[in-house]
Amino acid sequence: MFTFPQELIKEPIIYTLSHQFKVVTNIRRADISEDKGWVVLELEGDEKEIEQGIAWVTAKGVRVDPVIGDIVEG
Amino acid sequence: MSYARALRCRKCGQEYPLQPLNLCDFCLSPLEVSYDYKSMAKAVSREKLSGGTLSMWRYRDMLPVEGKEVDIGTGFTPLVKADNLGHELGLNRLYIKNDCLNPTYSFKDRVVSVAVTKAREFGFDTIACASTGNLAASVAAHAAKANMKAYVFVPSEVEPGKLVGAAIYNPVLVTVKGSYDDVNRLCARLVERYNWGFININLRPYYAEGSKTLGYEVAEQLGWRAPDCVVAPAASGLLFTRIWKGLDELAMLGLIEAVNTHMYLAQATGCSPIVNAFQAGSLHVHPVEPDTIAKSIAIGNPADGYYALRVARQSGGGACAVTDEEAIAGMKLLAQTEGIFAEAAGGVVIAGLKRLATSGVIKRNELTVAFITGAGPKTQEIVSGIVQPFAVQPNLESFEEVLGARA
Repeated sequence: MFTFPQELIKEPIIYTLSHQFKVVTNIRRADISEDKGWVVLELEGDEKEIEQGIAWVTAKGVRVDPVIGDIVEG
Repeated sequence: MSYARALRCRKCGQEYPLQPLNLCDFCLSPLEVSYDYKSMAKAVSREKLSGGTLSMWRYRDMLPVEGKEVDIGTGFTPLVKADNLGHELGLNRLYIKNDCLNPTYSFKDRVVSVAVTKAREFGFDTIACASTGNLAASVAAHAAKANMKAYVFVPSEVEPGKLVGAAIYNPVLVTVKGSYDDVNRLCARLVERYNWGFININLRPYYAEGSKTLGYEVAEQLGWRAPDCVVAPAASGLLFTRIWKGLDELAMLGLIEAVNTHMYLAQATGCSPIVNAFQAGSLHVHPVEPDTIAKSIAIGNPADGYYALRVARQSGGGACAVTDEEAIAGMKLLAQTEGIFAEAAGGVVIAGLKRLATSGVIKRNELTVAFITGAGPKTQEIVSGIVQPFAVQPNLESFEEVLGARA
């Protein structure tokens, strides 16, 4: 799941991800408004490309969470 | 025999056969076990349940398992009338459901017992999880009982001391260089590569059902009725939704009257994504970075957040977040009024209960149950400052000098 802050709502992050990194993106659920948004999407492609793509998306300021499982601190 | 008939997506309604599967193929939402309640209703009765074994498995007809359970003696924990705490908070009918008293000292034994039973039914010989705390201990313990291998994955910077509670059962302990996020991502890859039962990944829908037994037990222990108010902690939100589901199922099966329980969830302010959404009137739970001493409920992106939110709203309940200081005060208050030493999550519940009672949201005469889901000694370092002994010499004079006025 990608969670977008307000300043990135207008940026074509997912489009750029799929073009720059050879990753096929497939959106399953989403809710985008003027001030925030989240997208649940599938990423398909070479493992390294996906990892680099996620690193790029994260560096842009998008929060990336895996959909599987709960990340427990304790 | 089980009355589970399928896995069902709560979001879009797609159904799947009962198998080790966590997410809907269509919309990637969590799946839930769906039951044939009509047949289940014929098989269960108050008399039959009351005569059952003194553990969570007295409710096996309502759980999604077929064969012999993997049980280390979990459940049917005390429901204690908390007169002293109630007096402090201005509540006349307050109860504490004390799940500290499970074999590995937390409610996780309930969910893991179901998950490992199911893992064995599915033919897994290995189970796994990512956790340092309550889940790791419970998984390792149940694997030992079931004669199965267990892998426990943790971030490498976790102090070794935190892992004793799991390591004692001899699982394969794997430290992963990175954060919890990294550990979880690795586990997501491993579940695709290896034929393992990952407790909260491919076994999650079955694991989830174990928490319903908390709702069942409380209703039975109250004389077959639902409480007026429930205060419970929320991490992923799963426990919270399943307490509600347990009460709702009992009503559906005709074992109790229609449920009118107000469900209140409590989180720590340092990790309160569900509370934030509730207070904002939002439908979506936005992830946060956890920063709280209540590590066992520090889930920044709760997979069942939306559903927990819905239960809180539809039940006419609520959600509140308390500070770490309030949580510690809550731990002390519970220990010093009722003799129960809870972990930080329990302190969060008591602090939340106090807020709700003081503000009049929970009324004096409402039958209220607060759920304490894990025991204090596991994380006692957060209250180590409580030790403030009086120092005396080994003679009467010294004692009387130091403590004479008090004795």
